Amino acid sequence: MAEASTGVSGGRLRFILSEMKPRGRWLTPFNVISIPVIIVGLVILWFRFTQGLGSVTNLSQAFPWGFWIGFDVVTGVAFAGGAYVITFVVYVMKEEKYRPIVRVTVLNGFLAYLFYAGALVLDLGRPWHIVNPIIGNSFGYNSVLFLVAWHFLLYMIAEAIEFSPAVAEWLGARKARRLLHAMTLAAVIFGITLSMLHQSGLGALFLLAKAKIHPLWYTEFIPILFFVSSIFAGLSMIIFEGTISEKVLKEYLGDKAGGHDNLVFGLAKGAAIAMFVYYFFKLLVFLHEGHWSELDTPWGWWFLVEVLGLVLLPCILYAFGARHRSLGIIKVAAVLTLIGIVVNRLNISVIAFNWQAPVHYIPSWQEIVVTLMIIFLEIWVFRWVVTRMPVYPGTNNRPAPAIDSD
Amino acid sequence: MDRRNFLKTAGVACAAATGARSARAQEHDTDPEEFVGVLVDTTRCIGCRSCEIGCALAHNLPVPDVQDDGALEAVRTTSETSWTVVNRFETDSGEVFVKKQCMHCWQPACTAACLTNAMAKTARGPVTWDGDKCMGCRFCMVSCPFDIPKFEYDEWNPRIQKCNLCNERLERGEKPACVASCPTDALMFGTKRELMEIARTRIYAHPERYVHQIYGEFEAGGTGWLYLSAVPFEQIGFRTDLGVTPYPEYTRDFLYAVPVVFFGMPALLYGLNLLAARTEAVRGAPNGAEHVPSPENPSTSE
Repeated sequence: MAEASTGVSGGRLRFILSEMKPRGRWLTPFNVISIPVIIVGLVILWFRFTQGLGSVTNLSQAFPWGFWIGFDVVTGVAFAGGAYVITFVVYVMKEEKYRPIVRVTVLNGFLAYLFYAGALVLDLGRPWHIVNPIIGNSFGYNSVLFLVAWHFLLYMIAEAIEFSPAVAEWLGARKARRLLHAMTLAAVIFGITLSMLHQSGLGALFLLAKAKIHPLWYTEFIPILFFVSSIFAGLSMIIFEGTISEKVLKEYLGDKAGGHDNLVFGLAKGAAIAMFVYYFFKLLVFLHEGHWSELDTPWGWWFLVEVLGLVLLPCILYAFGARHRSLGIIKVAAVLTLIGIVVNRLNISVIAFNWQAPVHYIPSWQEIVVTLMIIFLEIWVFRWVVTRMPVYPGTNNRPAPAIDSD
Repeated sequence: MDRRNFLKTAGVACAAATGARSARAQEHDTDPEEFVGVLVDTTRCIGCRSCEIGCALAHNLPVPDVQDDGALEAVRTTSETSWTVVNRFETDSGEVFVKKQCMHCWQPACTAACLTNAMAKTARGPVTWDGDKCMGCRFCMVSCPFDIPKFEYDEWNPRIQKCNLCNERLERGEKPACVASCPTDALMFGTKRELMEIARTRIYAHPERYVHQIYGEFEAGGTGWLYLSAVPFEQIGFRTDLGVTPYPEYTRDFLYAVPVVFFGMPALLYGLNLLAARTEAVRGAPNGAEHVPSPENPSTSE
C-alpha cells in the first residue's frame, strides 16, 4: 500500500516537474518586454525594502496612498469583479450559455487577487505584521479595512476552491476532483457574498476621508457605487481579456475560441444595464448633493469627462453594440469602460484626494515599473496555467496520466 | 480572541442584525476615568516654541533651534521628527501664534481606521500608537481630518509618528511635556470638563477679547485639545468645515449592514439557485446540469 502511494505521488511529482518546463518560443514580443521590466522591478523592490518607501515612491505625508494602492489594489480588485458576476450567472442562475468562460474568468479573478491585492504587501510599511489582524492578537473590529482584509483572504480561498477542479483534472486526481467539484456551489455563494462586501468595502474605506476628497466625488454612497461599478468593470475585463487571449493564445485555443460572439453580446447587454444603473445613481447622488457651482471648474470638467465620457458614452456603445451585434463597437465600449474605472478609482483614492494640497502627488517611474512588473508576472502565471490546465473548453492540453486507483 | 471580546463582538453583531443602534455605549462603559486634554489660549501664546523643545526632549526627537525665527516664516505641519509645531499667522488683530499637534479626538478617525488596534484611544484620553501591532498601511493618515499621523518614509522599519499626549508621563502622574514647559500658561492641562469651564469663563469674563467659539468643543465630534482665539479660527489655520459628526459614524452604517448581507445574501443566493434548478427541471431541458458530461468536465465522462 505504502509503496503504491509513494509511486503515485512520485509519478505526480515527476509530472508536475515536467509541466514546470517552459514551452513554446522564447523570443516573443511579450517576453522581450516583460523580462527586463521584471528584473528592473525586482531591483526597485530591493531598494524599497532596504531603504524605505520614500526611496522609490513619491508618497508623502499629504499623500499616504498612491499608485500602488489606487491602481494595483483598488482598481485591480474592481477589474477582478468578473469572477463573481459570471459564477453568479452560471452556478446560481444556471445560465449555461456562459459556462465556457467560467474557468478562465475565475482564474483571472484569483490571479488578480493574488497579484494586485497581493501588491498591498509592497505598500505596507511593516508587512511582517500583516498577520496581526488575522491571528487575533489585535482585531480592529471597528475598521472597514479589517473587514476588507478578511474578505480578501476568504475570497481568495473561495476562488481557489472554485478553480480547483481544473487543477485536479490537470493532475488526474479524480477522487479529489469529485470532492472539490461538490464544494463549488458553496464556494460560489460564499464568494459572491464576500465580493459584494469587499467591493463596496473598498469604497467604504474612503468614507473616512470626508475632509479630503473633492465634494464632487465624496458621497456617503461610495460603497454602493463601488459595488455596482465592479459589475461592469468585471464584465468589460472579460470582454477585453477575451479579445486579447483570442489573438495571443491562438495556437492553444484553435478554432474553439470562435463562436463566442453570442456570449459577448450577452455580456455587453449586462454591462450596459449595470452601467445605466450606475450612471443613474451618479446622477441622483449629484442632484442630492447639489454641487452645481463646482461643475464649471477644472475639477467639474474632469468629473464630467469621467461620468459622461467614460460611463454614459460606453454604456450607450454597449447597448448599441449588443443590439446591432457589432463586436467592434463592444470592444471600444469595453476599453472606454476600463479607462473609466481606472479614472474613477484613481480620482477617489489619489487624484481628487487632498485636492487642495499645494503640491499634488504624481507617481514616480519606479512605482509604474513595479506595477507593470506585477501585471507581467500575473500574465506569466496566467499563460502557464492556461497552456497546461483545462481552462478553456476543448483545448488539447496534455492531461496527466490518470493515477488514482479508483 | 478571548471570551469577553467574543461576547462583545457577538453582542454587537446581534445588535446590528436587529437594527439596534447602541454601539456608542460600548466606548464608554469601560471608562471610569474622564478623558483629559489641553486648553490652548492663543491670546496668551508668545511664540517662544518652548513647547517644541519640551516635546522633542521628552520623545528623543531632534531639538529645534528656536533662536532661528526663519522657521516661522512659512506655516509648518507636524512631521515625523516633530510632533508639535508653533505657527505664526498675520491676522486682523496682529500676530497670532498657534500650536499644532494631535487633537486627541474623543472618537478618533484613526482608531476607527486602524485594522490592528495599533492606533488606540486609552482610557485616560491620549490616542497612542503601538509599533508591535501596526502594519504600516497608513489608513490612519488617510482618515485623520487634521492630517496628524506622519510616516517615516525613509526607514526600512517605519513608524507612525504623532503626539501621544505624553501618555508615559501621564501614567507617572505628570503633565504633558509641552504644558510643563510653557512659560505663559497658554497651555493648560486637565479633564475636558474642567477645561471647558475655564474656557467659557474666560470668554464670559472678556467677551471682547475672544471669538465666542471653543475650537474642539464639537469639531469632528469633539477633541481633547481645545483652542481659544481672538480671531476667527479659519484665519489661524484651522479647518472649520469638518462638521460635528464623530468620524467613526461615517462608516458605521456600512459596518452594520455587513452582518445582514453576510447572513442574508447566501440564503438569497441559495434560494435563487433552487428556483433556477426548478425552472430548468420544469422546462425539461437539463442541458449542462452538473452530472452531464461537458467538454470541460472530461473526467466525469469516464
